[in-house]
Amino acid sequence: MKIYFENRQIVTPGDLLAEGDYVAGNNTHKIGNKIYASRLGLVEYQGKTVQVIALNTVYIPSPGDQVIGRIEDLNINGWIVDINSPYKALLRVSDAINKPFRQQKDDLTSLLDVGDLILAKVIAFDRTMDPLLSIREAGLGKITHGQIVKVSPAKIPRIIGRKASMINLLKKETECKITVGQNGIILVSGPTPDHEKLAILAIEKIAQEAHTSGLTDRIAEMIRREKGVKS
Amino acid sequence: MIDEKGLRTDGRRPNELRPIKMEVGVLSNADGSAYIEQGKSKVLAAVYGPRELHPRHLALPDRAILRCRYHMAPFSVEERKSPAPSRREIELSKVIREALEPAIFLEKFPRTSIDIFIEVLQADGGTRCAGTTAAALALADAGIPMRDLVAACAAGKVDGVLVLDLNDIEDKEGEADMPVSYMPNLGLISLLQMDGSLTFEEFKQVLNLALEGCKQIYKLQKEALKAKYVAIKEEVETCLQS
Repeated sequence: MKIYFENRQIVTPGDLLAEGDYVAGNNTHKIGNKIYASRLGLVEYQGKTVQVIALNTVYIPSPGDQVIGRIEDLNINGWIVDINSPYKALLRVSDAINKPFRQQKDDLTSLLDVGDLILAKVIAFDRTMDPLLSIREAGLGKITHGQIVKVSPAKIPRIIGRKASMINLLKKETECKITVGQNGIILVSGPTPDHEKLAILAIEKIAQEAHTSGLTDRIAEMIRREKGVKS
Repeated sequence: MIDEKGLRTDGRRPNELRPIKMEVGVLSNADGSAYIEQGKSKVLAAVYGPRELHPRHLALPDRAILRCRYHMAPFSVEERKSPAPSRREIELSKVIREALEPAIFLEKFPRTSIDIFIEVLQADGGTRCAGTTAAALALADAGIPMRDLVAACAAGKVDGVLVLDLNDIEDKEGEADMPVSYMPNLGLISLLQMDGSLTFEEFKQVLNLALEGCKQIYKLQKEALKAKYVAIKEEVETCLQS
């Protein structure tokens, strides 16, 4: 039973993190009774679990995730959606509208066209099949206003914060509606473009400094300072 | 090639590496990137993916495919090199791909591809090793899960002396050159090539010399990866103090 790093130290792939009776968590792998890091990130020891909080990842869909995507193409019974992931997502008509769809008469493009942005939920995904999306829930569907920010999907937990502290701070201070897609795409819509600009600035700062501590306080201070300059 | 003091053409001792500079995250369009300068050799590596694979029929149902392109810029050598991939570049692309493949958890991304582009900007020997080293950094920067970083380094024999990290003249005029790529934490060799001739005893010594070189490069790789994030952290901390 031995650990080789301190909590929240930066580790690189191949670093030996712990030896002995430990459980390999996210972004680690076990060879024999040794646990190694498999991604660049911050190591975290929690009881018996050793995990690495990655500094950069790709988005792998998971059922239940809320994502923001762009319609890329359409075929006879649905749309193909780019969700910032190695896998293209499918949105079937039956997962988009409540009433029956008549292929001969109805026009898919009248609902969603190529280039439209949608807020959707992943309903199914496994290794053999492309992810399926649904927009048949309140609040989901075509995005009509606001601005989009793209960050690494690894930074999303930091933007939400512990018990949503960070995101609530952002919403309150910038007066913007902020919708976070688990795939690293964030929708910001506020009363004026200036409000949105401030929120985007704050989100970009969080993404850049995600691996430092005391971030919530610094973001609060930054927003107040920026607001002070304007008023 | 070796003077009376036992020093090499560029003033190095036999078991000394060239000065190495590494930087991570140099290209914003790539998912991961790295730049390395090893003596006068300068190499840039970019990684894209895991991403959707085109053409689709190449996709494997159980893992990602790794594609690698090693390319020398026309201006990288003294006489202009045709930009079309040569026999040598095609071979090195394959060899580097196979040196990196065992380090990557390809099975985590079925039906996708991971693409590596290695561009030699200036060549002065040891570019396949520098390319492998840079590509491993770029892969880690892209957030691709890996068993270990891959560090690569050559060793060989020049004027009867066993030397580490050969440069261009030493490679061409020397008796033997042996590029090795190594995963130090796992203790696995993923590339071992040799041209020239060595006795069995010399072979063992040269291999150990190359592995020592790889370990030194591995340390530099780790520092380079951390440097990108430590710089931000320090900046924040100095801001807080002032």
